Amino acid sequence: MSTVKTHKHAFHFDSADHEYESSKQGVWLFMVTEVLMFGALLMGYMIFKVTMPETARAGAEYLSWQFGAFNTVVLLFSSLTMALGIYYIRLDKRKAAQISLGLTLLCGLIFMCVKYIEYTSKISHGLLPGAMFTNANETVNLPLYFSFYYCLTGLHGLHVLIGMGLIAWIMIRIGKGHYGSNHWTGVEGVGIFWHLVDLVWIYLFPLLYLVE
Amino acid sequence: MGAAGENYINCAKGLKSWLITLDHKRIAILYVISVLTFFFVGGIAALGIRLELFSPGPDVMNADTYNQFMTFHGAIMVFMVIIPGIPAIFGNFFLPIMIGAKDVAFPRLNLLSWYLLMFGAIVSISSLLFNGVDTGWTFYTPYSIKGSAGVINMTLGAFIMGMSSVLTGLNFIVTIHKLRCPGMTMKNIPLFVWALYSTAIIQVLATPVLGITLLLLVAERVMGIGIFDPALGGDPVLYQHFFWFYSHPAVYIMILPAMGVISELITTYSKKTIFGYTAIAYSSLAIAAVSFFVWGHHMFVSGQSEVAGIVFSFLTMLVGVPTAIKTFNWVATMYKGSVTLKSSMLFAMGFIFVFTIGGVTGIMLATAGMDVHFHDTYFVVAHFHYVMVGGTLFALMGAIYHWYPKMYGYMYNELLAKLSFVFIFIGFNVTFFPQFILGANGMPRRYFDYIPEYTELNRISTMGSWLIAIGFVIGLVTIIQGFIRKEKAPANPWGSKTLEWTIQSPPTHHNFESTPSVSGGPYEYR
Repeated sequence: MSTVKTHKHAFHFDSADHEYESSKQGVWLFMVTEVLMFGALLMGYMIFKVTMPETARAGAEYLSWQFGAFNTVVLLFSSLTMALGIYYIRLDKRKAAQISLGLTLLCGLIFMCVKYIEYTSKISHGLLPGAMFTNANETVNLPLYFSFYYCLTGLHGLHVLIGMGLIAWIMIRIGKGHYGSNHWTGVEGVGIFWHLVDLVWIYLFPLLYLVE
Repeated sequence: MGAAGENYINCAKGLKSWLITLDHKRIAILYVISVLTFFFVGGIAALGIRLELFSPGPDVMNADTYNQFMTFHGAIMVFMVIIPGIPAIFGNFFLPIMIGAKDVAFPRLNLLSWYLLMFGAIVSISSLLFNGVDTGWTFYTPYSIKGSAGVINMTLGAFIMGMSSVLTGLNFIVTIHKLRCPGMTMKNIPLFVWALYSTAIIQVLATPVLGITLLLLVAERVMGIGIFDPALGGDPVLYQHFFWFYSHPAVYIMILPAMGVISELITTYSKKTIFGYTAIAYSSLAIAAVSFFVWGHHMFVSGQSEVAGIVFSFLTMLVGVPTAIKTFNWVATMYKGSVTLKSSMLFAMGFIFVFTIGGVTGIMLATAGMDVHFHDTYFVVAHFHYVMVGGTLFALMGAIYHWYPKMYGYMYNELLAKLSFVFIFIGFNVTFFPQFILGANGMPRRYFDYIPEYTELNRISTMGSWLIAIGFVIGLVTIIQGFIRKEKAPANPWGSKTLEWTIQSPPTHHNFESTPSVSGGPYEYR
């Protein structure tokens, strides 16, 4: 492992700290846009759930809450390892930080694998969104439930994949010595993003899987 | 510091130095070129629409072509001209300088915004390859699900341009919060900056909702997910709710920066401290806040409940309060000021005149009972053109002239600029005032044809559109002639007090020789 490079802040900031604070505010604002985007989609789903409660219940019966619960635990654990990664890089423990981030990446991978199993089993039963729905179940508007299911979990899954890519990227940068106790903006930014992706799932799991 | 005479334009050479620039001023120039190009295309479409409506029946194009002209005019003008217009050009160029910063907070993100706008525009315009889009710029379902496949390109393009808008807004918020120079408290920032701040809040909060809506529409087209499709159990009115939850705040994305420009112009050319700085600043924030709760006034006849109609009607009228506060403060600033009628000031005064008409007719449309009569008539068309053209484009023209010496380092011909105002102002009123009468008489908007009784007013309106076109051509000539004439601009030709006028014209790459520090408000005239 190479030595930690000293970070030079960009010319338009007064200090490295100034740059760090500004970057963090930018990341948080970006998270706001994510919340609004998922929020709108969830709003659509909630309207559907209120106007067609029977359909939502019938749809949820096809989902396996065991898979959902397992994935929830996986993502919660990954948030812990992500937080540890930030903690270690601030102490200059780059090896430990990389291991923590590696575990986070692994959790993301497990999550996506479980999601893949869930998707394929549904697709094999013809439980597809909207017009592509071919299952024999005759509950009124059941295809709509799966439209929301695939849109919500698909958009979330896409975010997990993007998060995994970002984690891989900062692991490489840590390896190159770009981050350390004097500069960890990128690690923390990706961490905030990963926690948000986790948080979105915390909402999706009960709203989709645990419908009574 | 560089050699004498060095500035941001000549400090690096070649096309590549422009395409990979991270300098906020150079990025602003990239926006100038692209937005003016889009404006030209959208303007041609507008002239085509008016030409077709010169007489009843088909004249120069068939109904399908007309619908595409109408859609392209709307989509280009909204997504590519007036949303990026003032914030991306003048916000980029002057926001950092006005608060004493060397650049925006995230220069690379800033360049990415421009590339996203270009990419989105190309994707949008590629819809022409699929028979064109004829849904209007609102892409209402279920028609947009059944019609031309070009809707996919158009909405994907709008989604990408939305990302550009979000990133610009995000960049501005952080810049305003974090990069103000010593002494530049939030009470000392120019009102244009306050306006950009309010705009950025709307961009960041509202645009993601449009993003997901347009993505759902694309998924609808590609996979038939049915969320907005009544045939599959979906709800087309939900689309309208989602769409207007963004698109109504979006009209304030378009007008707030314009109001900021007007505040700068009025105080500069009246040589008087702005009247009610705090009131104007907070009214921008108030407009941004109220904007999120008024979307239902687009849907008075879409089958929403009576209670919702009454609530949205009331909330919409609230927008009139902060807007009136601004207008009265501008007029009060001019009162007993030393008003010089430069071309920019003419546009600012023109703005107050036409924008007031646009605003008051907005209150008429907000009244649910009246809207049932006016809904989807030319009255609505006239109203939003009075606000968007008479408001935003007038401010854009005023801003172009006001900041021309600073941005390019040359003076323009004042007489030509004034002439462009005369043509645009008269042409604008001749074009759009008759449309209020047409709408009140019941002529529906978006139609290709009309009954012969409407011919006379339509002819007047079409002739007005030619006057506007002449006005904008004169404006373009003014700009180009200024480049050719090369009359060097002094640092502060208008005697303005904000920070951008304390540095050389055009500014150096780093804006300031040393970080400035301020001790008072931005408009200490008298």
